[in-house]
This record gives sequence, C-alpha cells and structure tokens, in this order.
Amino acid sequence: MTQQSGGRSGFTPAYLDRVGSSFTDFLGITAPELLPGRRPLPAMPLAEVGPHATTIVAVTYAGGVLMAGDRRATMGNLISSRDIEKVYAADSWSVIGIAGAAGIAIEMVRLYQVELEHYEKIEGMTMSLDGKANRLAAMIRGNLGAAMQGLAVVPLFAGYDLDAAEGASPGRIFSYDVTGGNYEERGYASVGSGSLFAKNSLKKTWRPGLPADAATRTVVESLYDAADDDSATGGPDPVRKLYPIVYRVDAEGAVRLPDAEVAAVAESIVADRSAAEQGRGA
Amino acid sequence: MTMPYYASAEQVMRDRSEYARKGISRGRSVAVLTYSDGVLFIAENPSSTLHKVGELYDRIGFAAVGRYSEFESLRVAGVRMADVRGYSYNRRDVTGRVIANAYAQTLGEVFTQQMKPFEVELCVAEVGETPESDQLYRLTFDGSIVDEPDFVVMGGQAEAVSGHLREHFLPGMDLAEALKVGVRALSAVSPATATNGGGHDQLPAEQIEVAVLDRRRPKRAFRRVVGAALRNLLSDEPAPADVDEPVAAAAHTHAPSAPAPGTPPGLGDPESVDTAGGTEHVSDQLGVTDGAGGGTDGGSGTGTPAAG
Repeated sequence: MTQQSGGRSGFTPAYLDRVGSSFTDFLGITAPELLPGRRPLPAMPLAEVGPHATTIVAVTYAGGVLMAGDRRATMGNLISSRDIEKVYAADSWSVIGIAGAAGIAIEMVRLYQVELEHYEKIEGMTMSLDGKANRLAAMIRGNLGAAMQGLAVVPLFAGYDLDAAEGASPGRIFSYDVTGGNYEERGYASVGSGSLFAKNSLKKTWRPGLPADAATRTVVESLYDAADDDSATGGPDPVRKLYPIVYRVDAEGAVRLPDAEVAAVAESIVADRSAAEQGRGA
Repeated sequence: MTMPYYASAEQVMRDRSEYARKGISRGRSVAVLTYSDGVLFIAENPSSTLHKVGELYDRIGFAAVGRYSEFESLRVAGVRMADVRGYSYNRRDVTGRVIANAYAQTLGEVFTQQMKPFEVELCVAEVGETPESDQLYRLTFDGSIVDEPDFVVMGGQAEAVSGHLREHFLPGMDLAEALKVGVRALSAVSPATATNGGGHDQLPAEQIEVAVLDRRRPKRAFRRVVGAALRNLLSDEPAPADVDEPVAAAAHTHAPSAPAPGTPPGLGDPESVDTAGGTEHVSDQLGVTDGAGGGTDGGSGTGTPAAG
C-alpha cells in the first residue's frame, strides 16, 4: 500500500479531489510505479526475456461477437505455457484478447478491467463501447517505449454495443497497433503470430450474420488452421484436455463458453479434417 | 461585539459539533438494514441521479446523509482507495474495516483541524459469507466509528426512525419484509407522508432509493433495486413464493467466486454474467421475477450463463 492511504492520516488530498473518473490517471498521480508504462527499462533488446502470447481471433455473428484464443505461450523456441489464458472479460459487455509480451499484457488487462469498473462506480454508468476502445488505445500508447525494445503488447477488443443504432450490428471489434492506433474491424479480425493463417481461414468460413454455433465453429477452426502452420500457436490438446478459450458477448453479457462445448466443436473439426485426409489418401 | 481571541478547545469542538449536527439534521434519513441475504440500503431521496447510496467494492457498499458534495467526494475517495488496494494486492484484501478506518481518520482530521467540519454521516457496509459476518460501520462527522449490529439509521430524524426499527426489526427477514419494515420506519417521520402533512400514506417508490448487497452474487454484490422490481417488492400483492422461487433458483447457478489459476484476480467466476453495479435498469417484465437482482441482471435477460 502506498503511504498516502495506509497511514494515520486518512485520505490525502488527491483522494478527495473530485476530478477525473479514470483509475489510470489517478494511479499516475498517487502511485505511478504501479503503471506498466511508467517503469524505466534497461537499454537492451528484451524480446526474449519473457513468454509471448500468440493468436487471438474475433468474429461478429448474429447476436453479438465471439472472441477466441489458443492456449500457447512461447519463449524463443520453447513452449513456456500450454494452458495460458489470453482472452478475458474486460467488463460485463466487452472482452479483450492479448498477443505479445505476456507479463505486460496480463498486467494491462488487469489495469484495464479496474479502469472500466472504476469509471462505472464513480460515474454510476458504463462507459460507451467507443470510450472503452479509446481508453485501451491510450494504454497501448503508453507502452510504446517498451514495445520498441521488443515488449510489444497488441490487444484485440470486442464488445456488445448497448447503444447500437437500429439495424447496425451490436457486436463490434477493434484492433490496435503498437503505437496505440485503434481501428474498427468489419466482421472478423485476428492478432498475433498465427493471425495471418487464422485470418485466411476466417476469410473462407465467416459470413455476416452467422448463428452462434456456426460462428463458434468458425473461430475454433481458424485457430486450428493457425496452429497447423504457425509453431507458436497451439492446437486443441485432447491429451491434457486443453481447448481454446472462447468468449461470447451478446445481449446478455460476456460469458466464457464451457470447456465441454469448445471441446465438442474442436473434436468435430478434427474428425472432419481426418475424414477429409483419408478421403484424399484413398 | 468583540471577537474573543481565546476560545477553549471544549467550546470550539462544541460549536463545530453543533454546526455539523444542524447541517445533518436538515437532511432526510437513510436506513441500512441487514436481511437474510445481505444488506439493504433505503434512502429517502427524490432524485434518481444524485445518489446517497453507492458501491465501493465487490462486497462493500456506502450510504451517506448530509451535504451531497462532501459525501460524494468521500465516496469517490473510498472507491479509489478500494480499487488501488485491490489492484496492488488482491480483490480479497479489500475490507470494509480498512475503508471505514480511512474515513474515520479523514473525518476526524477535518473536524479537529479545519474551521468547518464535514456535515455528513456515513455508513460503510460489508456483506460476508454468512449473516453473522456482515458488518455495518457507522461514521459520524467527528470521526467516531461504531460497529453496529442489525441496522444503522442516519440523518435528520435518526432517533425516531431507529426507535421505530427497534420495535419492528427482526434478524433474518427476507428482502421484501426488510424493505417494508424499513420504508415504514422512514415514512413515519417523512414530511412526504400524510401523517406529517404530505400527500402519501407511505413513501412511494419514486421517493426512495433502494440498493442491496446480495451475498449470493459471485463478485460484485451491490445492486440497485429500481423500477418495477422495487414497486413489486413494496406492494403487498405478490406472494412471497413467487419472488423467492426464481431468486433461490438463481442462487445456486452462481457459485462463490474463486479466481482460477492464471486468471487475473478479480475476474471471479468466468461463467457468470456480472453486469454493471451502477446502471441497473429493471424492465417491467423482469421486475416480476427479479426481485433484488438475485442472480439475474436487470435489463439483461435472465442471465443464463454459458451457451447450451
């Protein structure tokens, strides 16, 4: 705990100052050392010092948006984790997936979750989806120095827009670059080392207005395709019962699909692929 | 008249207390009651946007009376402290006691060192796993802090309201009963009711602000009870069984939150939909089943997690 709030003296003036609803800005004033972008970095390339998280995909579907991520993290040629989780609920109506330096990325997700909840509690209302996308861009921008040394974090953000105009799709996807550039994507998007292959897969299988189950299959299949060609992306692992993490955000909020459901989808994809392979061999 | 250049400390403190008490007694009352599933906040408050009751953290709520600008900045300070602490340690390390202590220090400091004391009275409530572990801290303008059992009443006619509550309050009431007891107690002294020269028999739903800390919710326990859900709870018509059944059914769909390994602390049960604490809007249709947000989220359907 910082001295300001733990001592005998109650709240410092910074706490009682009624300006700003941003948790990040507040930490910047009272405890800047807790912010990911504010720490001095050694002047050396840092790309190989920590695990890297890889492929994330997101698609819109009839009822909202889906986001999925594989379970692998790599360090150079090693697999540093087989069961890392890279997709999280940012708040009740949005999800965030991360690719890049895993340590910083997970810290950023935590900060971002608190940022959204903090705003909600102070303002008494939820931030607009565009506002959330913008706050995330600011956070990525703050990490540019670290990114230039190899600790880049590139998120994918998706949410259900409660204020969507009539007829417009309420599921929206935002992608980012390391400089904090924020781009709204149409239909589907992917980030991370396997994103090229995942995107190619989505290009063939995704259509606007897919029902939820078909869209789930689409994202899991795109991760399968990414794992097929990218060594840093993990495929479904029936031995350890590890399957991609899939989040669905619809009118009822963000929920993580149960493992059993994702496992069934992954197994049906594997079965179809092996049937096709056998057909080819005969 | 000459200004005295010496006033005894006793005199100064007495004047400040007098001043703060006067300010607080002009306001309407707030009652905080424990009930079987948590803590219930009832405030007489005609405004639907300037809240007297708010969420501090997952299991911790806040209620205040007095000068709005002062308690609002204290509420914000409490939210900030809770979030900083939860972020730098873990969500489980944020307790009502820590926040109540910080309030006590701040109020005490302002009371002794500044010309004008805060004209506020606060309640920090924390809901625990069991009714016995619920905590209600009452903080007064001079920084004294009291840990109260059962209920806390603050504001203009706190004495009269607590007298009424002492007669009618029973530990372990369900939400609808507790709400009725609380509203009746507030109505007895409210200028809006007929006995006191107003136009109503009892405080109507539009005149009160109601929120709960529901221990059955996995992560953020705080929910506002508004609209049809509130009217429904206040009216005598629905049989308790109608209200209880879906709430009880919802209770076991939400297991207590325990972050899985690898999950950033604070995510809680990944399968549970956990919508905004502050913006709940309960539609008429939901209001019937969704008494106090027990497991479902107003405006967001019945909250069945996980696709089938």
